[in-house]
Amino acid sequence: MAIETPSAKKNVLEFKSTSLVTPVLILASDDLADINQQLTEKVSQAPEFFKNSPLIIDLQKLNAIAGKLTVEQIITVVREHGFMPIGIRGGSDQQNDQALALNLPVHSTHSQTAPLTDKKVPATLVTAGAETAKTIENRPLPENKLITLPVRSGQRVYAKGDLIVIATVSAGAEIMAEGNIHVYGSLRGRALAGVLGNAESRIFCSDLQAELVSIAGIYKLKDDLMRHPQQTPVQIALDGETLNIKQI
Amino acid sequence: MARIIVVTSGKGGVGKTTTSAAIAMGLAKHGHKTAVIDFDVGLRNLDLIMGCERRVVYDLVNVINNEATLNQALIKDKRCENLFILPASQTRDKDALTTEGVEKILEELSKDFKYIVCDSPAGIERGATLAMYFADDAFVVTNPEVSSVRDSDRMLGILSSKSRRAENGEEPIKEYLLLSRYSPERVKLGEMLSVEDVQEILSLHLLGVIPESKSVLNASNSGTPVILDEQSDAGQAYADIVARYLGEDRPHRFIDEKKGGLFSKLFGSK
Repeated sequence: MAIETPSAKKNVLEFKSTSLVTPVLILASDDLADINQQLTEKVSQAPEFFKNSPLIIDLQKLNAIAGKLTVEQIITVVREHGFMPIGIRGGSDQQNDQALALNLPVHSTHSQTAPLTDKKVPATLVTAGAETAKTIENRPLPENKLITLPVRSGQRVYAKGDLIVIATVSAGAEIMAEGNIHVYGSLRGRALAGVLGNAESRIFCSDLQAELVSIAGIYKLKDDLMRHPQQTPVQIALDGETLNIKQI
Repeated sequence: MARIIVVTSGKGGVGKTTTSAAIAMGLAKHGHKTAVIDFDVGLRNLDLIMGCERRVVYDLVNVINNEATLNQALIKDKRCENLFILPASQTRDKDALTTEGVEKILEELSKDFKYIVCDSPAGIERGATLAMYFADDAFVVTNPEVSSVRDSDRMLGILSSKSRRAENGEEPIKEYLLLSRYSPERVKLGEMLSVEDVQEILSLHLLGVIPESKSVLNASNSGTPVILDEQSDAGQAYADIVARYLGEDRPHRFIDEKKGGLFSKLFGSK
């Protein structure tokens, strides 16, 4: 009875377009020793975050100061720090050819970058938030998002601007925004505001039962949150290095 | 056009197959031509619950692979002429299911059936996602305990984002909550979540509460859908659920402890 018959041919592949958030390395000096040292410092701050991280190298600034590094030299040094370069952008024709010879794609320079902080610019600066996919020029910012249905366990919602949810956010769900977050149902999942480092962003919710809340990377877990009043509207803001939860 | 109902939960052992068998029989008893499909390829159970395990010749995977026609694989129920069962394959796994194959079967069934009930396997992998992909309505079976509720919540997320209706931007799948294995006594003792707790977490329309009942196990063992046991509380609960789904307004029962349940039953309060 159990005779295996060839199953009907099914599609084994599919092309889809996607946009990713990838760190971009902007070089402002061609001194390899300086770059090496500052990369070591940066990586040591968050080794797990940078380990095997994809990376795009932006050469515009380097070319503006007529830096004399070859693409191969740059790639070698970032690989030594555990990055996995996935292309360059803003390079000259010569640099683009060098990149292609190394099997690295050349990306367009149209996408925007959001600097993490506006501290003085060091010799190297890693900025998250640039998109590898081509983005439409003149895109209006900020892009706020309104969610009217419950955000279920396992779902993730990301807003490039403010995120407004007028339903519950279930345990196991994750909502993220580059700006503020407002939740008008119960907030039981994770809420991360200012994910690109905007310390001014806030979280507002009418019933705080969250698993985690975070603003600009500073977070509090459920155990800490349980001490605060529930079933009453609160706002969460960053005060220096600590999250402040206040009733509204 | 048939209405496609998926019976799903995420978690295993909550009563999906019992529910599928009961509501399919209930719909057929109301005079609607109904097919019930077992999507649990490799762990076939529905045929046992329906009491037709000795009449299985061809199965769902045979039809998908064009080794048998749909009419050859459909088993006509002996108790109700409006009910047909399409069993799963026991010798294959869920990779044997293809989206195109399932779509073809559902389209063919839609021509002369009024309702198609898809009994989803547990989990959120291929069998489960294919069972719900083409659905119009979803019966989410949940037990009153936290892990079942969270899995149902996850399933609801998948229903609203990965179904054909969601992908084509059509009207979303209608979702109904079926709270099974409910024991008012244990809720009172704080050992189980109450109907209100579950509804607050899931924010979902409650179609019915099925009490924890010995009759369910007896029915499974004898291969009779529990809805046919009209004396049993679980059988009555499923009959209510089918009637409510078909648009009848019936009060909820089995939520309060025995005495209250009987009281409201006699006097029709609430």
